[in-house]
Amino acid sequence: MSLTKEQVEHIASLARLELRESEFDDVVAKLSRIVDFVDQLQAAPTDDVLPMAHPLNMTQRLRADEVTEPNARDDYQANAPAIEDGYYLVPKVID
Amino acid sequence: MGVNDHNLSQQTLAGLAAGLADGDFSARELTEALLERIEATRVLNAFITVTPDLALEQADMADRRLAKGEGGPLNGLPIVHKDLFCTRGVLTTCGSRILDNFVSPYDATVVERLAAAGAVMLGKTNMDEFAMGSSNETSNFGPVKNPWDLSLSPGGSSGGSAAVVAARVVPAATGTDTGGSIRQPAALTGTTGIKPTYGRVSRYGMVAFASSLDQAGVITRSAEDAAMLLSVMAGHDPRDSTSVDHPVPDYVAGLERPVAGMKIGIVRQHFDEGLDAECGARVREALDALAAAGAELVEVDLPNIGLSVPTYYVVAPAECSSNLSRFDGVRFGHRADDPRDLHDLYCRTRGEGFGAEVKRRVMTGTYVLSAGYYDAYYLKAQKVRQLISEDFRRAFEKVDVIAGPTAPTTAFAIGEKTDDPITMYLNDIYTIGANLAGLPGISIPCGFAGKLPVGLQLVGPHFAEETLLACAHQYQGLTDWHKIGPGDVS
Repeated sequence: MSLTKEQVEHIASLARLELRESEFDDVVAKLSRIVDFVDQLQAAPTDDVLPMAHPLNMTQRLRADEVTEPNARDDYQANAPAIEDGYYLVPKVID
Repeated sequence: MGVNDHNLSQQTLAGLAAGLADGDFSARELTEALLERIEATRVLNAFITVTPDLALEQADMADRRLAKGEGGPLNGLPIVHKDLFCTRGVLTTCGSRILDNFVSPYDATVVERLAAAGAVMLGKTNMDEFAMGSSNETSNFGPVKNPWDLSLSPGGSSGGSAAVVAARVVPAATGTDTGGSIRQPAALTGTTGIKPTYGRVSRYGMVAFASSLDQAGVITRSAEDAAMLLSVMAGHDPRDSTSVDHPVPDYVAGLERPVAGMKIGIVRQHFDEGLDAECGARVREALDALAAAGAELVEVDLPNIGLSVPTYYVVAPAECSSNLSRFDGVRFGHRADDPRDLHDLYCRTRGEGFGAEVKRRVMTGTYVLSAGYYDAYYLKAQKVRQLISEDFRRAFEKVDVIAGPTAPTTAFAIGEKTDDPITMYLNDIYTIGANLAGLPGISIPCGFAGKLPVGLQLVGPHFAEETLLACAHQYQGLTDWHKIGPGDVS
């Protein structure tokens, strides 16, 4: 097993994912399997290779800094789990 | 002749377009016939949402345009969309619990362009959750059944789209392809599926999985139909900064380019021990048929292609872990009940909303991007990706297209490959290279192994969709494999 349960707990916390206790063994085993599998990349000689930044090796297009989208707040908030007066509600963050 | 005599669900888009133009049937009659067919084939579990009211409304509009001699190139023709294309006012779930109540406030550019050309949307198809899967089994809405044998998977992630096109429910469906998600299900269901060049079709309104790999395409029953749709879908979109501003050819007009004189590359690594012998034999027969039609077969080498699957399983999860951070239970989608605090809201919302495979990929991505591991995994993978792209670039100095198998086997049983993620990942061993290098690819039916269809994959250089479609169309003129359906599934 290349990953420990503690490592997987840490990764899950970084990813903001709650795992049920019953899920852990399976997640540790399968994530370890995936990490072992991708480890074969380490053997590839890549000393003078530039990492790929874009599949067509293109640079990002720029556009004029103009407002192009109308305000559609009501449309977007129709999907929100909890709103009030146009704001999204979340549990209290600051005391 | 009555409407029922036309067997409308059996016809291709090109055939239906001719029938509509000749007044053999109306767009409403066509739409009603296909909606009935959808109901009669529910056993496939291929739809997440069917939109009969909207479809009939669009069909009536198409009939009014037809009566006035107006209408775009797809006027009145049916289409269904993979459920990760946003559709205004219609549920867009991505096959996930976390979006099972999400009604999109806008249309994806692909949806908008097809509608503007007159296409009639009949519904949204089932898929692997967030397009992460090769068997349609990770869907929150249950697996799709393969119409060739209901105990088998249609492949994935565009499994619903492939199943309905194969089963002669609808002639065409949109799909997306991040590592093979159009081409592999096309191969496993005996349909034609094209993934265009990265940036050829706008990704605006496509729920993002891996932004440097994702591309929209179509699944149809002929290369000609794929050309009709791609001519409408392709082109620059100011709302997707990675869409490429490159002229869109008339793909239908380009279909008549002969294969005589084409140089077709054969990759030695594509015929090694991983390939099922009977599938390999069908692919070789297809290559022989193309050679007999005057194509020149040339052996090419892709020395790093064996590293494409591990490269993909670093890059794609890394991008997915970033993209899926937007699902936080605040602005849309599922939200956990009674959160203690914000951290608890995030963790439980995502823990409840995502399925097992999506969680694995988010965690793999989080790991390879985390402090201390970034250089060893993510940076390394992007370097190997460059090597793989460079291999393709060199190969395309010698050949017009590369041909080989789409998938290592025919369709496999539902449940057969779910125990080990790597076994599932290796389904995409022949398709992932094109995504890593941003290249266009197409899968077309090339015969049967036992009773199940086998796919031939053609991959071309950037923006060579015209060549791929012409080669596929010419092959479909020489053979009838694409015309053979699975028979009745209802």
